[in-house]
Amino acid sequence: MNTDERFPSAPLDGPLLDVDGIRTLFRTDRGLVRAVDGVSFSLERGRTLGIVGESGSGKTVLSRSIMGLLPKKNVVREGSIKFEGKEIGRASAEDMRGLWGTQMAMVFQDPMTSLNPVIKVGRQITESLLYHLDISRSYANELALALLASVGIPEPERRLAEYPHQLSGGMRQRVMIAIAIACGPKLLFADEPTTALDVTVQAQILDLLQSQQRERFMAMILVTHDLGVVAGRADEIAVMYAGRIVEKAPTNVLFREMRHPYSEALVRSIPKINNPSHTRLEVIFGRPPDLVHPPAGCKFSPRCPYVQEKCRTEEPPLIDADTPGHAYRCWFPVGTPEGRAALERNRAEGRLPVAAAEEAVPEADATATLMGGTASAPGSV
Amino acid sequence: MPEQPRSPIAPLDESVETGTAPHGPTGLEPTPGVGHIVAVEAEPGRRRKKKFGVGAWIATAWLVLVVGAAVLAPILPIPAANDRFSGLARQGPGTNGHLLGGDSIGHDLLARLIWGARNSLTVGVSAVAIGFLIGGLLGLFAGFYRGRLEAVIVAILDILLSFPALVLALSLSIFLRGRTILGVQMTGLATVVLALGIIAIPALARIARAATLTWAQRDFVLAARAQGAKNRRLIFREILPNVVPAMVSLAFLAVAVVIVAEAALSIIGAGIGADKATWGNIINDGRGDLTTGEAPHIVFCASAAIFFTVMALNFLGDALRQRFDVRESAL
Repeated sequence: MNTDERFPSAPLDGPLLDVDGIRTLFRTDRGLVRAVDGVSFSLERGRTLGIVGESGSGKTVLSRSIMGLLPKKNVVREGSIKFEGKEIGRASAEDMRGLWGTQMAMVFQDPMTSLNPVIKVGRQITESLLYHLDISRSYANELALALLASVGIPEPERRLAEYPHQLSGGMRQRVMIAIAIACGPKLLFADEPTTALDVTVQAQILDLLQSQQRERFMAMILVTHDLGVVAGRADEIAVMYAGRIVEKAPTNVLFREMRHPYSEALVRSIPKINNPSHTRLEVIFGRPPDLVHPPAGCKFSPRCPYVQEKCRTEEPPLIDADTPGHAYRCWFPVGTPEGRAALERNRAEGRLPVAAAEEAVPEADATATLMGGTASAPGSV
Repeated sequence: MPEQPRSPIAPLDESVETGTAPHGPTGLEPTPGVGHIVAVEAEPGRRRKKKFGVGAWIATAWLVLVVGAAVLAPILPIPAANDRFSGLARQGPGTNGHLLGGDSIGHDLLARLIWGARNSLTVGVSAVAIGFLIGGLLGLFAGFYRGRLEAVIVAILDILLSFPALVLALSLSIFLRGRTILGVQMTGLATVVLALGIIAIPALARIARAATLTWAQRDFVLAARAQGAKNRRLIFREILPNVVPAMVSLAFLAVAVVIVAEAALSIIGAGIGADKATWGNIINDGRGDLTTGEAPHIVFCASAAIFFTVMALNFLGDALRQRFDVRESAL
């Protein structure tokens, strides 16, 4: 009964976050940049969604769009975002302020720049505690101490009185996490939380995020360019390319039945520890598409080893796979007879990016070769 | 022991040679070896902290002396500002126990300089305080909100800057004199302070805006926003503490400029009052004796006081700026 009175508008059933067809467009001198272009997903309480994609695939813009942290000017936002069943897609900054910090929070990529250099760590943590919760300063200090201890910072009393520059990168990211979770948000965005950190610290920070998330039953959206990062940690993974989700599946399903060539390419680009030394690293040739003038058809087609004529003209919809919860955007999915046939055809005609790589053609030339292949394709298919 | 004869006489392995020699085997490609890389690696930390140099310490000492004398003037064993001594007019340093001698009408020059420091520093510090406050706010708002507000503020600053500073100060001080502004009767001192304060606004506002523009982009501002902080909180809690150091170091330089400007206004007769002791008035009074060559020490002593004070303020402002730069780059 008490809970009902305290949280009348927060039904505990239904997804925590429901995103439907959101688009985020930036008006620039060159034209509209379609940074996020029709993304839909939903996230249950306490679950983790991994969003994976290379630079420029729109993953950071997506998380900032959902949180409403983008500037107003020259930004077009469309689609629906429901948080606990409440529409926040068009909420003003005033309305969002009621959610920021207490309902949803964000851990940023670079802990070097996301802490205020001239304010002591302790005050940076107590700041939002005092602001959001009706507590005394001494109690806020106690909470800050407990928070620092819980994010695994040794000698928390001493650290509270220190400035950010006295802390290492990993420590600063721990402080950032402490600040983000201070007011007990239900949804935590972690925007490439380990990209700026030393490799040895990365795993620790990810483990910390995971343990905090479990303890507090927070939902988390973990944005990263590294499939390896989300592999053991996310319940579900969405692979983004050119502002769209190209494949979405529960984590184990994704790694078992990967369907989209881009997901496959991302996995192949992870260096493997048991490869002999001097094995050439797998790369994805070319660059992410220009989001002002995206290619017609499938956005990945210019870089795809499976590409067929149909891919260049017709964009595949999000097709549901056999396994529930798994969907992908591809006409010739990996691991299906159609996909294998497409790959064989390309290989036979020597139109694989891999062939270009073996001749050690510089990247620009490799792209040109691919383009040449594109031009000659109609006759041969 | 088949290996024993091999190691000394066997030709060096090629990879070893390229690894250790400063140049490759052909001498064409400089291949730094492992040893070189270790040597190049810089010592971490510590060294970056710049020392507060000797110059800055001397500057600080001088300022402490001047400010101390100015503040303590009423209890120092010196004659009052307007006490005249017969036979002291135009007398050089040391006459009758007056350390710096007398000015053109028989004031004790040292006492006059100390009382003058009081007035000159009051004008300098208050005018800069006005500029700091108003300019800082304008700069913060312009840099944070951008858009139309910024355009208006920048236009106003540009207009203020487009007048020659001294001409503007002169017209302002003549316009303001005797009026009542915000309930304050514009006496000579208040007039000069306000006029020079207005002159100080654009420079401080510009630096505040520039600093705000860079700091507002930082992730910690966005992070604070994502924690639910309002704009006002972002400006005053997150950005302001970062902007102040840059402004403070400029403010030191501005105090120096204002002291000179006040002297200039005094010399043209638009200062805080001809009878008041200020460094500018002392110079003005001594000008006649400088041209006749009768008592050059009057102008010299007052000029020296201005010169050393301005230089000390410059030194200190610069030293502070360097210190703040270090802290910023260490991030």
